[in-house]
Amino acid sequence: MQKFQGVDYYNFDSLLSEEEILVRNAVRDYVEDNIIPVIEEHNQNCTFPMEVIPEIAELGVFGANLPEKYGCANLNNVAYGLIMQELERGDSGLRSFVSVQGALVMYPIFSYGSEKQKDYWLPKLAAGTAIGCFGLTEPDFGSNPGGMITRAVKDGDSYILNGAKMWITNGTIADVAVVWAKLDGVVRGFLVEKGTPGYSAPEQKGKFSLRASITSELIFQDCRIPAENILPNVAGLPGPLKCLTQARYGISWGVIGSMMACYDSALNYSKTRIQFDKPIASFQLIQNKLAEMITEITKAQFITLQLGRLKDAGKMNHQQVSLAKRNNCKEALNIARVARDMLGANGITDEYPVIRHMCNLESVKTYEGTEDIHALAIGADITGIQAFR
Amino acid sequence: MEIIVCVKHVPDTASRIKINSDGNGIDTSDISFVLNPYDEIAVEEALKLKEAQGGKVTVVTLGADNSVSSLRTALAMGADSAIHLKSDNWTGDSYATAKALADEIGKNSYDLVLFGKQAVDDDSSAVPQMVGEFLGVPSVSVVVGLEIDGSNGKAEREVEGGKEIVEFSLPAVISAQKGLNEPRYPNMRGIMQAKRKPVNTVEVGVADSKSTVSQMEMPPARSAGKIVADVSELIDCLKNEAKVI
Repeated sequence: MQKFQGVDYYNFDSLLSEEEILVRNAVRDYVEDNIIPVIEEHNQNCTFPMEVIPEIAELGVFGANLPEKYGCANLNNVAYGLIMQELERGDSGLRSFVSVQGALVMYPIFSYGSEKQKDYWLPKLAAGTAIGCFGLTEPDFGSNPGGMITRAVKDGDSYILNGAKMWITNGTIADVAVVWAKLDGVVRGFLVEKGTPGYSAPEQKGKFSLRASITSELIFQDCRIPAENILPNVAGLPGPLKCLTQARYGISWGVIGSMMACYDSALNYSKTRIQFDKPIASFQLIQNKLAEMITEITKAQFITLQLGRLKDAGKMNHQQVSLAKRNNCKEALNIARVARDMLGANGITDEYPVIRHMCNLESVKTYEGTEDIHALAIGADITGIQAFR
Repeated sequence: MEIIVCVKHVPDTASRIKINSDGNGIDTSDISFVLNPYDEIAVEEALKLKEAQGGKVTVVTLGADNSVSSLRTALAMGADSAIHLKSDNWTGDSYATAKALADEIGKNSYDLVLFGKQAVDDDSSAVPQMVGEFLGVPSVSVVVGLEIDGSNGKAEREVEGGKEIVEFSLPAVISAQKGLNEPRYPNMRGIMQAKRKPVNTVEVGVADSKSTVSQMEMPPARSAGKIVADVSELIDCLKNEAKVI
């Protein structure tokens, strides 16, 4: 199989700096050599490739946009996004793992934690010697996280947590969970360590999507944690929502990788698959599909690059992230579905990455804000009227 | 140990190559360039020696401004500094390349000069040995194993049907073959640090080209295959058409 060459119809690379290209190429090469060869089997077996954690930590992808003093690379946000793109070209589960570690665990500890919490956890999380997870969503509170029922109560030098979280990536393997719970009616963040009595994280089974990623419940039954484990510098729902803005930013880039994988697969297949004595790429209906795909990929690249430039300039707002997350996930899933069609019967097998991406994208489109919820966020912003409160 | 690694900025092997309009080179407008894969092995070996024995790794390239990105890749992998030999009249001739590199290397102190065994663009496999000759030091090519002990070295070479162990004294020139090591990926911290590492640009006039490329052609397109009905027709075709049996 020919090495993946990227998808660049509009000389997109000319807008990237030398180090942004170096970052992208390093991660692309790593994924090509080490993830693509093993991912189908992990996906079939519902296992996360644990063996790659030290490798991707060495590569420096965990919290890559955080400061060097914690062992991170201090990359700009475009380079960070390109990492997400290349990881997700491998698999959405792999990108989810890295997103959670960086955007949902390291970011809140970095932004809201005490110096002690930062100094203790960030180097370990950057080095991959500790894994993190983020507990916000509950069984009955998905799009409406503010309604959460998980509670924290102060008791002397401790907090006692009660409640349950669901759909938590990395939960079962996490050494530390960033858990959001209401303390006196206000959402606060807590660090709960693996092995704390009253805390368990059973894996959720039966997924048709993100199979090469661990998804868990987090259960807290009179779980007592030291009072110093509260994140001191955050109170209220905007705290966790800002983390989600970081993660959604990464998803916006990530799914471009899925789009590229599906497009690349469909393009190569249609040029070599012979029907009626000629490659199916010679048929107008196939060409139209490919033209639609490259158009949507190109649009997504430019929306997302500008989003990254705005983020680096400190001018990005969360509604703009909603627009990119919503658009890119929707179009990525469309591309995957069309690519699956184009591959015919072969499209349902693990000989090609397409159906794996297609199934994964059903989750990616749903988590961190569904298409509809992001439409409402944009709608509220442009009309000044909130439709959901 | 002072190690100099000579690298070349070459078209990515996965690129689709087109001949330029003059017919004497390739059209570089649409292709991406990378650090020559054999040179990655040379850089990796230098870094491993530095990590084990201490020292400093300098990467050198001869080429146009865009070749600096291959120097950055080597710096991101962990090299300490870089020298860019910039030339407007360099055409790629091996002799001229070796002369320019040797002139620069000779100005520096060094214990070891590492190369990839060949550049994947012109495949000349000539420069490392010539540099050894110009510098008047031992050179060992196509190396798959390397040990350095003080001022002595021992290299394992691939030879037809077996291996050859060569002993030599430092300083020396080594060219690296696949199998010597597995090059590392530049990591994110390395890439950021590479921005702060020095790249010293030296303008060089490249003289003494001993050859010029006069014409370049794509391989002829493969003609369509032929489907034969049975074994006897196949044998007949091999005998009378292809004339191979």
